[in-house]
Amino acid sequence: MAATAAPRSALVGIMPLVLRRIGSALLTLFLVSAVIFTISGLLPGDAAQETLGQSATPEQVAALRHEMGLDRPALTRYAEWLEGIVQGDPGQSLVANMPVRDIIAERLPNSLMLAGITALLAAPLALSIGIVSAINRGGTLDRTLNIATLSMVAVPEFLVATIGVLIFSVKLLWLPSIALVSDEATWGELLRSIALPVLTLAVVVMAQMARMTRAAVADQLDRPYVEMARLKGLTFRRIVLSHVLPNAIGPIINAMALSLSYLMGGAIIVETIFNFPGLASLMVNAVTSRDMPLLQACAMIFCAAYLMLMLFADVVAILANPRLRAQ
Amino acid sequence: MSRFVAFARSLPLSGRIGLALVLFWLVTAIAGPLVAPYTVGAFVDYEVFSGASRRFWLGSDYLGRDVLSRLLWGARYTIFLALGAALIASATGTTLALLAAIKGGWVDELLSRAMDTLISIPSKIFALVLVAAFGSSLGLLMLIPAITYTPGNFRIARALAMNLVALDFVQVAQARGEGAVHIALREVLPNMIHPWLADLGLRFVFIVLLLSGLSFLGLGVQPPYADLGSLVRENISGLPEGALAILMPAVAIATLTVGANLVIDALKPVEDRT
Repeated sequence: MAATAAPRSALVGIMPLVLRRIGSALLTLFLVSAVIFTISGLLPGDAAQETLGQSATPEQVAALRHEMGLDRPALTRYAEWLEGIVQGDPGQSLVANMPVRDIIAERLPNSLMLAGITALLAAPLALSIGIVSAINRGGTLDRTLNIATLSMVAVPEFLVATIGVLIFSVKLLWLPSIALVSDEATWGELLRSIALPVLTLAVVVMAQMARMTRAAVADQLDRPYVEMARLKGLTFRRIVLSHVLPNAIGPIINAMALSLSYLMGGAIIVETIFNFPGLASLMVNAVTSRDMPLLQACAMIFCAAYLMLMLFADVVAILANPRLRAQ
Repeated sequence: MSRFVAFARSLPLSGRIGLALVLFWLVTAIAGPLVAPYTVGAFVDYEVFSGASRRFWLGSDYLGRDVLSRLLWGARYTIFLALGAALIASATGTTLALLAAIKGGWVDELLSRAMDTLISIPSKIFALVLVAAFGSSLGLLMLIPAITYTPGNFRIARALAMNLVALDFVQVAQARGEGAVHIALREVLPNMIHPWLADLGLRFVFIVLLLSGLSFLGLGVQPPYADLGSLVRENISGLPEGALAILMPAVAIATLTVGANLVIDALKPVEDRT
């Protein structure tokens, strides 16, 4: 097969498949945009009514509707909105009265930093927990870790956060309970102020990641080649390090990308609790103030990020398992 | 009853603990408000955030209301809303999945595409958009999680049904000239009931977490009603003192969801327990 000849030809060989997956992800994102636009446009009262309040006369509302372009057909508005999103200009925030792009540009780097640091902290720990429980499968350690991670998956994020605040900010007075991010802060101050949000998110994501890593490694341990290596008389250590792990890398990276998507759900709660100036707390504010353009833009960014993670996981799975290429 | 005892005995210890927790909360949701010592909104204590005492077993909240009474009522909202939403999500998802699996062709194509689109929206994000558009009355709070979690159930039920439809006994039924409804309800559904129940349980857990999260953000159950998530939110100012009023509702949610997860985990066959 061409795939075994050289790495370069293997990459070329899967290009059509990867391109097809990218195309499918873009189509899904397009459909998602239609869903989000439709739902958030179904409001009984519209933005014009909302802005002017109850006392506005019908003429005033009609005038503002015309000014905001709300009296044009839904399809036209959708097309314009989509064009704006694609060009990176999702319109004007109704509440803050400034371009949505500027608000998001201010918040997005903070969220990416939070997610990045959390992933850096959670991944190695989750990897170790997952691998250790997989190779001790059925043992006491595995069962204990199973119950521990299972419970962590089921505990609400705000319980983890409140317990964290109670221990580290209230009792020990080590860390602040509000995350202030400013440009003047030194790295040390910054790390201290985001320590609690990062810890909370890491606990939530880590449990999920560890469970999926364990499943990926355990799946490899059941394969015939492991039995073969065992029959050959190799030590278990050797089997795991030089046979199982190289084969499990693909599935593990796949599992990690999938579990990183749990960051988004977690971030919504965590950013709000700690007053962290990120994208997720921005979106919650947009829901409270019913600032639809801002809400739509935030939702699209989250959906795009989610689809990118899924796409990445997909491509890694294809690279790691030649049999998937045959499909 | 004896079958239930035999079932409980067949579970590992963790599963039995989980079952006990789930049963405890179910009974609490049904009977709790009947035994609540005080009216749910009554101001009964002059002190706020008082500790546990004989008059107030779990202390008082930020307005001097009895935490135990509010907790018993809150559990009812959380559990009934989540159970209703999980049942709606599973019923809708599975009906559509059976339709897709039995009809096949463009029906399957269309439904799968639609569900794949919805599943690509992270559940909390989807719920936030729905709340922003429709608001959050109690009825909507049952429908919103139901809509959010229908695609996930569809995907699993469709995979289960697809495997069954390809089997001989369904082929035979089709050759016999049975209608689609008969095949769906009599041939396919009874054979996927166990994984289906496990999925229902998982969806219940997700929905409890989603609802509590929404209420915690102030976007879920609105006053004068309060579910467990709203109780945590309204008493957040008691956090510095470690008040029972904020800890107990949070612990209540955790014991409910962890319990349900332990039962579901114990029901899985040993080989694929992960």
